[in-house]
Amino acid sequence: MTESNVPYGRKTQRPSPVKEIHILWITAGLGCDGDSVSITAATQPSVEDVLLGAIPGLPKVHLHNPVLAYENGDEFMKFWYQADEGRLDPFVLVIEGSIPNEKIKAEGYWAALGTDKKTGQPITTCEWIDRLAPKALAVVACGTCATYGGIHAMEGNPTGCMGLADYLGWGWKSKAGLPIVNVPGCPVQPDNFMETLLYLLYQVAGLAPMIPLDDELRPKWLFGATVHDGCDRAGYYEQGDFTTEYGSPKCLVKIGCWGPVVNCNVPKRGWMAGIGGCPNVGGICIGCTMPGFPDKFMPFMDEPPGASVSTKAISIYGRTIRSLRSITNKTVNKEPKWRHPKPQLTTGYHPTSYTPS
Amino acid sequence: MTTAIAPDKSTSTGSKKLVEMSWDPITRIVGSLGIYTKIDFEKKEVAECHSTSSIFRGYSIFMKGKDPRDAHFITSRICGICGDNHATCATYAQNMAFGIKPPAIAEWIVNLGEAAEYMFDHNIFQDNLVGVDFCEQMVKETNPSVWAKAQKTAAPHADIHKYRTIADIMTALNPFTGEFYREALSMSRMTREMFCLMEGRHVHPSTLYPGGVGTVPTVQLFTDYLVRLMKYVEFMKKVVPLHDDLFDFFYQALPGYEKVGQRRILLGCWGSFNNPDVCDYTYKNMGNWGKAMFVTPGVVVDGKLVTTDLIDIGLNIRILLGSSYYDDWEQEEMFVKQDPLGNPVDRRHPWNQTTIPRPQKRNFKDKYTWVMSPRWYDKRTQEHLALDTGGGPIARLWATALAGLVDIGYVKSTGQSVKIYLPKTMSLPEVEFEWKIPKWSNCIERDRARTYFQAYAAGCALHFIEKAMAELHAGNTKTWTDFKVPDEAIGCGFHEAVRGVLSHHVVIRNGKIANYHPYPPTPWNANPRDSYGTPGPYEDAVQNTPIFEENGPDKFKGIDIMRAVRSFDPCLPCGVHMYLGGGKVLETRHQPMFGAAAH
Repeated sequence: MTESNVPYGRKTQRPSPVKEIHILWITAGLGCDGDSVSITAATQPSVEDVLLGAIPGLPKVHLHNPVLAYENGDEFMKFWYQADEGRLDPFVLVIEGSIPNEKIKAEGYWAALGTDKKTGQPITTCEWIDRLAPKALAVVACGTCATYGGIHAMEGNPTGCMGLADYLGWGWKSKAGLPIVNVPGCPVQPDNFMETLLYLLYQVAGLAPMIPLDDELRPKWLFGATVHDGCDRAGYYEQGDFTTEYGSPKCLVKIGCWGPVVNCNVPKRGWMAGIGGCPNVGGICIGCTMPGFPDKFMPFMDEPPGASVSTKAISIYGRTIRSLRSITNKTVNKEPKWRHPKPQLTTGYHPTSYTPS
Repeated sequence: MTTAIAPDKSTSTGSKKLVEMSWDPITRIVGSLGIYTKIDFEKKEVAECHSTSSIFRGYSIFMKGKDPRDAHFITSRICGICGDNHATCATYAQNMAFGIKPPAIAEWIVNLGEAAEYMFDHNIFQDNLVGVDFCEQMVKETNPSVWAKAQKTAAPHADIHKYRTIADIMTALNPFTGEFYREALSMSRMTREMFCLMEGRHVHPSTLYPGGVGTVPTVQLFTDYLVRLMKYVEFMKKVVPLHDDLFDFFYQALPGYEKVGQRRILLGCWGSFNNPDVCDYTYKNMGNWGKAMFVTPGVVVDGKLVTTDLIDIGLNIRILLGSSYYDDWEQEEMFVKQDPLGNPVDRRHPWNQTTIPRPQKRNFKDKYTWVMSPRWYDKRTQEHLALDTGGGPIARLWATALAGLVDIGYVKSTGQSVKIYLPKTMSLPEVEFEWKIPKWSNCIERDRARTYFQAYAAGCALHFIEKAMAELHAGNTKTWTDFKVPDEAIGCGFHEAVRGVLSHHVVIRNGKIANYHPYPPTPWNANPRDSYGTPGPYEDAVQNTPIFEENGPDKFKGIDIMRAVRSFDPCLPCGVHMYLGGGKVLETRHQPMFGAAAH
């Protein structure tokens, strides 16, 4: 674009040092594709914001996700083979679904994508990870299955599945020096994922420093606070006001909510467009973002063991505070006494220029 | 790049020139599906088809011994696009097993949530996934003559939807750049907001429980839903005629297109939207409250309604092992010998199923799939029918139309059709749509029914919100009924997942799950040959599908096959594999590499 056809002769678009980047998205873990579906709900940013260049400073992004792709079959898979051959560079690898343990059986497969031309057998998801992870600029685990194993890694499962960091190693680094980036959630909160992806694209474009991650490899700004910290029912907790029935607007900890000890921003952010969530809208927090999910939170509808102690403790303080507040609340629900239609002015002002005759 | 190894090269007919073509993965669906075909380019038809998916997770195994109250949280995770249908179906089964009836307002809230799910899911699938098969880029690449014709064909309803020609509609469907593609995507977000209002989160709900919901019913809750619903109603007033224009054009532009994806009319619908005035969740009354559902359950065989009785429907489900990686359970325990009415329960009924996985090499001559073959046993003929769901809507509308039971103001079953009445919206007047029973169960009619069902779901939602607000205004705001988990119980739930029949079957012993088997729609649609040799629905539908694509073998995209398969709304997280035809390959070609630029 020349100077003359830029409005006001001023350039607003700075070219990214990386012109183009590919996102290879494997949904062939043990999952439900719910994370791919989830990101189509994102608006901050939306998929189309990122793909159509609506965010300034980003490289051109090519998304290869099986749920959204135009191409089918080999036409779609060619990007995977190109990446494997080092001909698709740079790319970000996104993994969705938990990683099965293919070593625990003599033959066959638990999860696969495409077919090996030589053997006629499916290519396992593990093999794709082995091939592609070392060549990726960054590797992102999307959703709780991919991050920590999730529901399919529940006790008694037949596949021995696990999270990506369990598979690659928690100290694993990409060729660009990035650790695995974990964005948990079952499914992932739409904007949490797209915002993390946007951050990584900014980082690629040289517009952001190294992504800040906690020990569980989660973006710190998204998972630093607990559900309880952001819950609009936390006030009920503080006042020791707990419900024992579903459908009440009060605090849910006695009927199974784990919010006080779960890292997640959903009550604060809502599910989409600020709407929905979990405890804020009447759903107990079952800890679906956590490495200990699901087993450490089951049975889901029972009071968490720690909650019986903490709710007893808070109830003594809470009930006192609640009754005091209720007195004050009554007071502030009344207007000041000088607001009246009587012929006397009782506001405290003493007029000298006007008085009733 | 080459295709996969031929599944079976051992036999040949000696005369046909068959070319192997494969697409693995099939994209723009949920889950992993591969289609392996042999195509007769001289006859221009698909001679043979194998379909395969490659994921096993083992829900029925790891749910054993768990608390039965956890079932809906766990089973939601079966599916990432209709997980809430599983959660809802699981709570139905819990309600039966625990002996609870939720308050009416809870039922209306669930119905509003599920209606939003249909409105969302059919919308995004139809216009962001299926729609791409009908978009400008695709039609230009597969049928240039059809594109030329589309440019010259005026859209009959252009005055309503504002796209002047059929080509304009196709352009608007181009992925991401198309105007209607983006409008639909945006609408899919608004309907998900409606869903979140009622069920908390999409796609794994947070507010569903056995006994009711945790959602707090307020004036604001229903206002927030209603204003969005009316925007969707306005949207559908344009979308129904838009799709009629597009689909009618295909019949006109490509005579014989009705053969694409066509199979015998064998449709199953397990019913949707319980009516709290009738539904008490008891097994004994299930036949009655099933008939009171706002989408009528039914089995339609060759265009005739065989039954609408959920007890009859449920008892005749049979799970057959065809060519899958499991050991049989003939020697295992029978969990339920009789139903609560004293009817015998078959060993191959989901209540009595034991899942015993045996991973092994894929061998198309023997075992090549993780999926079993659900069948419906027809007492009249003693056949195990390979019912399909047609992706959901065509079976729902067909069964509802024939049964003639639904009449709630906004939707009405006439016995031969379903009428949908939508009220005035911001810029469009009242309209009446009528879905008429089509001549065929085929690709185009499955797709068309999807659009009409979106309008049907919106009509139902208008009824549900009136009922919910009436409860609210009457002060009935309790949304949950308390319960105790029994030591021993059985339960079943029947529902319509977005893409078709869904049933959950639970056995409780010692207060824990002793057996749990969910049966979602895709195993019904995409299963392999069963132990009787009966092929699965995709097999009928894809095999002998004529090829209209103008590309020869070297540039073949398989668009007609893609359309046929996608018309069933495949949703594969449950794993699907399929084998078709007798094995007759003579010539193996490499699959061509396509030059299309990646987007």
